[in-house]
This record gives sequence, C-alpha cells and structure tokens, in this order.
Amino acid sequence: MLCDKFDYDLKEMRALYCDALINTAGQNEKVVAVDADVSFSMGTGPFYEKFPQRGINCGIMEAHAAGFAAGMSAVGFIPFVHMFGTFATRRAYDQLFLSCAYQDLNVKIIGGDAGVTAAANGGTHMPFEDMAIVRAIPNFTIVEPADGTMYKTLVPYMASTYGNFYVRSSRKKAVKIYTDDTEFQVGRANILTHGSDVAIIACGIMVHQALLACELLKKEGIEASVADMHTIKPVDRAAVTQLASLCGAVVTAENHNIIGGLGNAVGECLLETDPVVPMERVGVNDTFGEVGTQEYLMEKFGLTAENIAAKAKKAIGRKRK
Amino acid sequence: MDKKRCLIAAAEIRKLAITAMESAGFGHIGGSMSICDALAVLYGEVMNIDPRNPEKEDRDRLVLSKGHCGPALYATLAYKGYFPQSELLTLNANGTRLPSHCDRLKTVGIDISTGSLGQGLSLASGVAVGCKMKGLNNYTYVIVGDGELQEGQNWEAVQFIAHRCLSNLIILVDNNKRQLDGYTEQVCRQFDIRAKFEAFGLFAAEVDGHDVEAVYNGISQAINSNMPSVVILNTEKGHGCCFAEIPGFNHYMVFDSEQADTARREIDRRLEVSLKDALR
Repeated sequence: MLCDKFDYDLKEMRALYCDALINTAGQNEKVVAVDADVSFSMGTGPFYEKFPQRGINCGIMEAHAAGFAAGMSAVGFIPFVHMFGTFATRRAYDQLFLSCAYQDLNVKIIGGDAGVTAAANGGTHMPFEDMAIVRAIPNFTIVEPADGTMYKTLVPYMASTYGNFYVRSSRKKAVKIYTDDTEFQVGRANILTHGSDVAIIACGIMVHQALLACELLKKEGIEASVADMHTIKPVDRAAVTQLASLCGAVVTAENHNIIGGLGNAVGECLLETDPVVPMERVGVNDTFGEVGTQEYLMEKFGLTAENIAAKAKKAIGRKRK
Repeated sequence: MDKKRCLIAAAEIRKLAITAMESAGFGHIGGSMSICDALAVLYGEVMNIDPRNPEKEDRDRLVLSKGHCGPALYATLAYKGYFPQSELLTLNANGTRLPSHCDRLKTVGIDISTGSLGQGLSLASGVAVGCKMKGLNNYTYVIVGDGELQEGQNWEAVQFIAHRCLSNLIILVDNNKRQLDGYTEQVCRQFDIRAKFEAFGLFAAEVDGHDVEAVYNGISQAINSNMPSVVILNTEKGHGCCFAEIPGFNHYMVFDSEQADTARREIDRRLEVSLKDALR
C-alpha cells in the first residue's frame, strides 16, 4: 500500500485525474465534463480530444457552470465540473446549495489548486475555506486525495454513486504515497502507520508531512499512528474513535483554515465520543493566502512535519496522567 | 389552439391559485397572477406532457425560475390532473408537498427546484443540452421574472444559450414591471429587456401576456424561429385578482375568504365577457 520511499510522482495530479476520467467515461456514456475556462489548468484537455461531444466549456461563468451541470444531471447525465476550488465554492456557493444539493441532483465538483498548491496565484486563488463552506451543505461528500493514485478508485466511484461530490484537487506533481495497486474506500480512512502514543489524522498534501512527522517522532521514541482521512465528509467516525482510544492524543493536519475543515470534522466527532482526548490542529491559522512557492507557503503557514511533530508532543503532554 | 378552452383554463388556474393561497391566508399573489395566462397556454396548448405519466422521458420541461410563484404552477398542475385539486389546500401547511417555492422532490410535475432567483436559466440550459444529447425532440421552457433579470447569472446563462444555439430552449419573461420593493423602473431599471436579449442573438417576440392567443402566437414564433428564443410577456402584477390589482404593494398579500370569494366571482364574470368576445 505505502510506497517504499516517497518521491514526486512522475505524472501530474491533473494528468492522473484526467486519465481516470477518460477511463470512466469510456465505460459510462453518461459521464460528461463541464469546465469554466480553466480546462488547461485543470488538465481536462485530453478528455475533450477523446470525447469532443461530451465536454462543455462554459467560459468564465462558475455560477452558471454549476447550475448548468445540475440541469444536465436532472436528465440523467453525470457531470464532472472542473474549476479552481476558490471559485467552485465561494463564487458558486448558492448554486452548489440550491441547483445541486437542495434538489438532490448528481454533480461532481472538482475544485483545483487546493490551499497552498495555488502557489504563485496567491491569496485570491488560494482556497483555505472551501471545505468549511461545502461541509455546511447537506448532500455533499468531500474528498481530498493525498496523491493521484486515489483517482483510479475515486472517479469511477463517483460516477457510479448518485449524489454531489466536492473533490479538492491540485494540478502539479504530488509526492507519491501509495503504490499503484492501492484501493481506497470513500468514507473509510487509510491507517498508514500503527503507533500508540499519538494519532495524526491528515488529508491531501499533509499526509506526506504526517508520515515525515511520524519518522521525526520515532527518533524521539514516540510511536504515532498516521491516518489518511481522504474523506472529510462524511468523516470516518469509527477510525477517529478507534485511533483516539488507542493513542489517547490526536493531531489533525490539513492544507486549509483550521476553522471548518478536517480539524473541525475530527474534533466534532471526538467531542461527541471521547471529549477527554487532547487534540491539536495543524492548519492555516485563520488568515489569507499569498503568493510564494508551495514550499515557502507550507513553511510560512506551519504546514510542516516539524510543526505536526511539535503539536503531537503538545497533545501527548496534555494527556491525563 | 382552442381559445375558448384556454380562456377557461386560465380562469380556473387563477381561481385555484387564489384558493391555494386563501388556505394559507397569504401568498405571492402578484407574480402568481401575472403568469396564469402563460401557464394556461403552455400546459393546455403547447407542451407535450402527460399528467398520467409525469416522468415520460420525451416530455417538454418547464423551469419556473421565479420559484416563489409556485402557487400558480401548482394550480396549473392540479387543473391538469397531476394531483387532486384538494391538495392545493395544503399550500405551505406543515409537511406539505406544496411549499412556497417549487421543489422537484416534493411535487409531482415539478421538473426543477427553484427559489433563489437567477438560477433557473442555467439549470434549464443544462436540461436543454442534456435533452439534445439524448436525441429528444422536445422543448425546455423557463419562466423568469423581469425583476429577477437583475440577477447577473441570468446573463451568463443567456450568453451560453446563445453561444450553444439552444433552439430547444424558450425563455418567457414575466414582464410585470414590479419587484418586491416596488416598480423596477424605480428600484433598478431594466432598460430595454428585448434589446438586451436580442443583443445576445436571441429571437425575441413581445406580446400581451394576458392575451392567450397572443401568448400562443409568440411561443409559436419562437418555436418556428429555430433559434434560442425569448417571449416577453407584457403583464400586470396581480392581474385578474381584483383585490391584487392595485398600484401599491402586492408582491405577497394577506387576504381572507371574503376577498377570495369576491375575486373568484370577478374572474367568472370576466371569463363570461371574454368568452362572448371570443365567439364574436
């Protein structure tokens, strides 16, 4: 399941996504692509070459594109809609609410450039709030893959599962975490390491940082469980409670505002099940993004293995003696 | 078209809509009344629908983008037999299948849920593209309010509809010149609605929205144009319901059974006059 060593994948995330979309569309003629003038950035060009009649680029109209896709799904199509995460959620929020979710339609929103992966596009294009606001809409499943391997499972799953999805994606090469034969179950966390001192629950690019933090902690004699909580909604409550009861301390790590995202989903679960377990959150501390390289921004916002390890020790220190 | 049948349908739909709102004690009477004639034409004379088979695949679709005028559409659906007319008395009641704003999950015959203004055209364009891709030979009708056209998303959708040459989509604008806070001219003027649609390359017809024959002809012209089209219905907010035919606020009104009875009697009286005129 886990790669022996962690290097950048040979293919970009967007290319792996589009491969999966083309494969799925080849098996399911109802699958269509909807874009809003960022098909180049989102990497869906090959889909348009393969299925020219099944790709619709709406132009710079995110609100319209979301509503349009919902209309297509009302007559049986399965639209995969590609937009930057910022505009897919903030700009088209009421459309996600009313046109998609409220009337129980079947739209798959792919929001690109998750958090700091927006890098040089800066604060205007850097979604730190997308999961928070979509989480508040019923009838939405939210998934953020750690690398491109999951798309092979996720895209056909979305096509065959009725309902609205928000997938938080990034376009460039990601560190490859999983071997190609890994299978994923939406709604079920992947437990990647099995320590009993602290549980680190991460999603997206922070899964790699969590695994690095696990190594750092090991050097200090601390054994950590690392979980890839790729499905943020519905969060895997069973995994959260099991990890909390095994480790007695929890750290969440996400490339998102600490308000409203993975940390909240896990924290809400703990509050209802095991409120005495200390929990710390790694994430963007309620501030806006800015331009910079991904590495610079991760450092700036504390999205690092070192910060996760420090928070892990803090959580362990808060355990009831 | 059968003008007599259509006049009777419009009168019955008006009365049923008033009865529905009477049961709740209040309702969006102004905008409901202004589209009754168009609904009578669409459901009685134009649309390919089957109330006994409301989900039939090749049916024409209708999106009531101005979703707050649900009572008029519910009255139309009940009149056509989608559900019993007695159910209209449950409008907005706890647990009802007939909420203020159209909900496709609750009401038989509602194709798309609406209520947040400005979203219906985009949804309808998706329905129209989907039907076209399926090879269906049908039409998608979408009713928008003139006030609703202040929402910018409409113009994203119109540009898209024009660019994609969606000749299987026909927009009807209920141009009743008023919105919740008053006359559109005063709140935020619409300028020339027809010219705006024509600037995007749509075929436009402009008709008296309370003349069923003119509405029918306008829709026929739109169909025959083989272009993405708009039919601008020049209407009066509250039209046909005597207590709502006032220059003051009539977006929604609280009214009692006495007012409702008077309104229904007046509708019958006017119907008699128009039927006599039609026979002349």
